[in-house]
Amino acid sequence: MSSLLEVSDLKKFYKVDRSLGREKIGSDNRRSRASFLHAVDGVSFSVSESEAVGLVGESGCGKSTLSRLLAKLLDATSGSVRFCGDEIGPIAADSFTENPYRSNIQMVFQDPIDSLNPRFSAFDVIADPLRRLKHTKGQMLDSHVEAAARAVGLPGELLSRFPHQLSGGQLARIGIARAISVNPKLLILDEPTSSLDVSIQAIILKLLDGLRRQTKIAYFFVSHDLNVVRLICDRVLVMYLGIVVEAGPADIIFRIPHHPYTKALISAIPQIDPELREIKLRVDGEPLSPIDVPQDRCRFAERCPFVASKCRLERPPMREVEPAHWVACHFPLGIGRD
Amino acid sequence: MTASTRYTRHSFYVLTENSLTLVSVVLFSIILLLAIIGPTIAPYDPLTTNTASSLMPPSALHWFGTDQLGRDICSRVLVATRLDLVIAASAVSISFVIGSLLGAICGYYEGFLDWLIGRGIDVMMAFPLFVLAMALVAALGNTVVNIVYATAIINIPFYFRLARAEINVRRHSGYVEAARLSGNSNARIILTYLLPNALPTLVVQISINMGWAILNAAGLSFIGLGVRPPTAEWGIMVAQGAVLVIGGQWWVALFPGLALMIVVFCFNLLGDALRDIVDPRRRT
Amino acid sequence: MGNAQALLAIDNLSVEFRTRTGLVRALDRVSFDVSAGEIIGVVGESGSGKSVTAYTIAGILDPSAHITSGRIDFQSRDLLKLGGRARRQICGRQLSVIFQHPRIALNQIRPVGLQIEDVVRAHTSLTRAEAQRRAFDMLEAVKIADPQHCMQLYPFQLSGGMCQRIMIAMALSCNPRLLLADEPTTGLDVTTQAVIMDLIQELGKKLGMTAILITHDLALAAERCDRIVVMHAGQVMEIAPTAELFRNPMHPYTRRLGAATPGPVSDISELDIVPGSVPDLRRQNLPPCRYAERCERRIKECDIGPVPRVAVGRDHFVACKRAL
Repeated sequence: MSSLLEVSDLKKFYKVDRSLGREKIGSDNRRSRASFLHAVDGVSFSVSESEAVGLVGESGCGKSTLSRLLAKLLDATSGSVRFCGDEIGPIAADSFTENPYRSNIQMVFQDPIDSLNPRFSAFDVIADPLRRLKHTKGQMLDSHVEAAARAVGLPGELLSRFPHQLSGGQLARIGIARAISVNPKLLILDEPTSSLDVSIQAIILKLLDGLRRQTKIAYFFVSHDLNVVRLICDRVLVMYLGIVVEAGPADIIFRIPHHPYTKALISAIPQIDPELREIKLRVDGEPLSPIDVPQDRCRFAERCPFVASKCRLERPPMREVEPAHWVACHFPLGIGRD
Repeated sequence: MTASTRYTRHSFYVLTENSLTLVSVVLFSIILLLAIIGPTIAPYDPLTTNTASSLMPPSALHWFGTDQLGRDICSRVLVATRLDLVIAASAVSISFVIGSLLGAICGYYEGFLDWLIGRGIDVMMAFPLFVLAMALVAALGNTVVNIVYATAIINIPFYFRLARAEINVRRHSGYVEAARLSGNSNARIILTYLLPNALPTLVVQISINMGWAILNAAGLSFIGLGVRPPTAEWGIMVAQGAVLVIGGQWWVALFPGLALMIVVFCFNLLGDALRDIVDPRRRT
Repeated sequence: MGNAQALLAIDNLSVEFRTRTGLVRALDRVSFDVSAGEIIGVVGESGSGKSVTAYTIAGILDPSAHITSGRIDFQSRDLLKLGGRARRQICGRQLSVIFQHPRIALNQIRPVGLQIEDVVRAHTSLTRAEAQRRAFDMLEAVKIADPQHCMQLYPFQLSGGMCQRIMIAMALSCNPRLLLADEPTTGLDVTTQAVIMDLIQELGKKLGMTAILITHDLALAAERCDRIVVMHAGQVMEIAPTAELFRNPMHPYTRRLGAATPGPVSDISELDIVPGSVPDLRRQNLPPCRYAERCERRIKECDIGPVPRVAVGRDHFVACKRAL
């Protein structure tokens, strides 16, 4: 499997204006000795063709920003993004609309209601990328839209309806149909089932899984829910305060996490089956501020139950502690302390 | 059911759901009709003077009476309908288009452009707008066209602010991001995604604005800066009739005044109905 | 129900809402008991009526709501029959509520310390200084670092997790007998969620408080609650002690819901779905069992006559004519 997407040391900083004693977030195009919010602070990973890579993390970790950087909706501050071998990182987000790769990278959004234009019928929503990117018209357009609707299990008669006349599950399907209508190679999914009921989530997850097996599309699946990511993804990245702290195969990370934060995340998720419940590792407090994050130490040190002096003196590098399993920790769990 | 039949049915539903709405629509239709056929059905020539029958109170011969030059007031009121509506509609259209586009652009791009134009609009709004209109007409010249321009200009800020706020709020919505992913250019997003969604609010503003624009034109004419005699226009007619009220000739100012009142009232009511028609979320 | 020990007994509660598009029959003869000292979970998806139930208990229903039948007995008084003043005395003092979205549930323009004081002074006869002391103690109890500083902060200066702690502090400040928690951790990070739920459980035990936890998260209820009430489309489907409910789900909906939860499943092919969708509660012709149209075990009898409540075990009740 060749590498579809290769991300190297990707960073996104926002300049923070500390004047007047208050903080204001601005764009990063003026140089001064101002502070910076490190939304994404050096992330590297790759996604292969038809692979599903998951990204888990909590609010403020930068996963939303990262997903928008990958989708070329935002401009990165620095770093490299190679798609199908071509460098697309420096290409401005505004001009990416005309790029031939635009239809190859598509996105499914979290809130189905917010991500659909209230004035567009379901048909128009799905047809939009076809019209704009592939210039499809007439009969061809109709059949493509209908095919996309079929692929997501949306009954044809709902195509003429408007978002406010449709249920959450149906809206989620439309969002997916829109994204796949132009046959993208990479689909970025930003918490696609978080706002859905459990019963609907199950349907959509099965749908997404089925689609991937059929069309060989690659997924970059962002979620806060490890349970969901575990079912859909082959590999998982765990993100904390702008960096990836652990990366490895989905099932293994879940059963044998090596980073204390991952362990805390897993043990915080409620489980129905008492036997699956882990011994709880609780981390209290708040993450450090992402503004001017210290680069010379582990950024999880303040909250880590296993913190040692080395953690505050040296930033832990990303190490491959087991085949295809990487951790950024001086004392990874279950690996043995130095 | 095709989209257009559904739309018509929805419109019909909105219009008949509320009795006030129905009243305003019926009223508006009558006003529109009078604007179109007014000059044809007027019983007398609005410009013909007849000093012999000047200042006659309302009677079977002259329903609204006659003014100081013996002209039939009913005919003049009818004929003025067209003029006032045309002035208002033109002015509102111009200010709507310019104000909304400007506001949309500022709301979308933000940054320095937004700041600059916004401050310009603020400066405009610092003046009492009617005084500004007066100044414009005085500077440009005393013609009907200039009234239209002046009224248009002083109304731009309202559309600008509304459009800017509506676009700015929606600018970061999921569907705008999705639109960019789908290959829509910024211009297309503003025109086909954001402005149409801002339309319901703007439409209400248009309707209320129509009433205000008519009053504006009438006001300018009232102080002699607008339409010139002997043209029939409600504002002038009220101006000329105002001094006569003390002398007991109430009908000269009353009827054109009533006409103004009814039309403005109608447009205000209509605003709500129009918003309900245009907003797809109100569709059942 | 006839449970003499019940702190709160909801009996045959039905609530309707008058809306622009019709009459929504939000609750249909909801009945369940809450025993003193337990944590009971009310679990359901959107439209299940769980929040409406909570709001009815707390007396904060929308004015367009109309309670068509039922009673809510709290300490042997029917809350629904109480006048406004008596109701207000109970709610806030004996019965407290914490809401979803803590940051917006708090007053944005008042420091949080004062907000807690307000609650204390409204329900007790403590002086200003004593109330302030009480607020400080509560902030310590909810494990906020540096309570003195926190008391002067405004909600927008606090994170979601901290705002929820403030809400808990407010709710527990008058030592209520019953805490109603409506989706208290939805919208919070999962690590924060765990800590907040730990806090609620711990404080509850310390104060001898009973709690009703409203949630859509079945797993959360499984971990934190002693008993669970499963709701669907305004009706109670099943009530059972937690372990029993998952070991032995008797209602088809409960079974499906459990199987659709991603946690216990190891492969996506094992993930089950709940077919169909929640019926439109504005319909005139709703069947007696509102799950019937989605149910694979539907029989003719399901459409005839009211749904019985069948006891299928110790403390285990199912509203089904054809329980598993």
